[in-house]
Amino acid sequence: MKNESDGRTVGRSTKKLVPLLRLAHARSGDKGDTANVGLIALKPEWYPILVKQVTAARVAEHFKGMITGPVERYELPNLHALNFLLHGALDGGGTISLKTDAQGKVFSTALLRLEVEPPG
Amino acid sequence: MRVAAGQGFWGDWLEAPYRQVTGGPVDYLMMDYLAEVTMSILQKQKSRDAARGYATDFIPLMQRILPLLVERGIKVTANAGGVNPRACAQAVAETARGLGLGGKLRIGVVTGDDLLERLDGLLARGHELRNVDTGRPLTDVRDRVRSANAYLGAWPVVEALRGGADIVITGRVTDTGLTLAPLIHAFDWQPDAWDLLAAGTVAGHTIECGAQCSGGNCLVNWEEVPDLANVGYPIVDAAPDGTFEITKHPGTGGRIDVAGVTEQLVYEMGDPAEYITPDCIADFTTIQLEQSGRDRVRFSRIKGRPATDKLKVSVAYFYGYKAIGTLVYAWPDAYKKAQAADRILRQRLADLRLKFEAILTEFVGVDATHGPLARATAPLDQLPEVQLRIGVRAPEQAPVERFTREIAPLILNGPPSVTGFAGGRPKPEEIVAYWPALLDKRMVEPCVEFVDV
Repeated sequence: MKNESDGRTVGRSTKKLVPLLRLAHARSGDKGDTANVGLIALKPEWYPILVKQVTAARVAEHFKGMITGPVERYELPNLHALNFLLHGALDGGGTISLKTDAQGKVFSTALLRLEVEPPG
Repeated sequence: MRVAAGQGFWGDWLEAPYRQVTGGPVDYLMMDYLAEVTMSILQKQKSRDAARGYATDFIPLMQRILPLLVERGIKVTANAGGVNPRACAQAVAETARGLGLGGKLRIGVVTGDDLLERLDGLLARGHELRNVDTGRPLTDVRDRVRSANAYLGAWPVVEALRGGADIVITGRVTDTGLTLAPLIHAFDWQPDAWDLLAAGTVAGHTIECGAQCSGGNCLVNWEEVPDLANVGYPIVDAAPDGTFEITKHPGTGGRIDVAGVTEQLVYEMGDPAEYITPDCIADFTTIQLEQSGRDRVRFSRIKGRPATDKLKVSVAYFYGYKAIGTLVYAWPDAYKKAQAADRILRQRLADLRLKFEAILTEFVGVDATHGPLARATAPLDQLPEVQLRIGVRAPEQAPVERFTREIAPLILNGPPSVTGFAGGRPKPEEIVAYWPALLDKRMVEPCVEFVDV
């Protein structure tokens, strides 16, 4: 259940956007130079909103300038969660990295800054 | 059948294992000590002293809990053995004898993961140990390798338990294998019972980071997580059919709910349908979670697939040097001053013609965690203080060493209102980097031995 970037963006709407923080929580970690962000809907009924709006392409655009590689997205409908792999996110990763967040621990909340259309 | 997590990493809360064995009934205490880079540090210690190379914190911990373990019949699985499990076992045995536990304890030792002495033989036989991220063959860095270990799975630990071990001390056994092994042993799960092995693997993944699934580091209503000062570490309460609950001892702090457990499930996740271990492939898209009681989450319907014919190998190799220097700038114009200092420092480094592989500047208080996403909304002209944090990396030590002498002068010859240099000049640090590879399973033969106390 892997989706490649599909170039989708949020459609033109007059609805006021809200930060993803209102609809989801997240935890992130590292694998080498890749950060992973698990994004979890705060309510199961909000999961389809994440699937529709938080595409790999939008996440790649969101992290522009912070990552050097592509973004992959995986779906976990059973957990109402998406998993993002942000490649080239950690300045080489692990011990090589000079970053404060060398292990990608707070990419989670950085993703929750993304603005989305709220439900209803 | 209850497996309790006692340590999520080497450096985790020292009180946790003691509380796990005293706070209520458990059958096993599982402790994970090894991260990728830990093995190279331990290898270095072993090269200086043949009796070292294991997680030394494990010994005083065992000193404290061994009498309780024996009294209550609680068994231990721990990868505290690092690159010298036999020496670790000897140290535990001596400690046990000192406590008057002679004749009451059998220690199982799992080795066979250490490939350092076998590398050239493997390379000569055509096992290239290519870096799975970059595709490069290990010969690129062969002369700089500091440690090389295959990840063993649950089965050698099971063999030790079947042989009557009370304490199983291993080298590089997977974090998940330390939890899966007691379940296989207790329920007599078969090597091809992929769904059951996957369930035990998911259980292991859930508790391998200790309290990170029982209220620690959880974003949802984080201020309402009760009594984190007394956080209860997680316990797997498992059934023979592969269903299990994650819970914790009564009266402890923290919180076990679907939200927190889900955060841990997605932690360090790659493709969730293919969580590959030496024992099986677990499919995380099949896990069903349910809040089955207060501080109890039930797992069911987990599916697995056959294990691959490869083992993951973790190689650590010398990469170069790095150093990180910091200075703190105060209001007014804290951010502007820090930016100016960064420009001045970079010009001086350039004028000295120092060659670096990377120079990275972060402004802590502005962009160190969320980069440009944070800069866009922060009140940049009113910040009370900003820490300039600048790091350099190079293959050679000399330019890094010179860099460390360029921070302090800025206090007197750079922008004003600067402080925070009490720690002194930063030290150049050796970088030992991680090289993940795969190896044919048949090339690795786990070995199980016993030490009777």
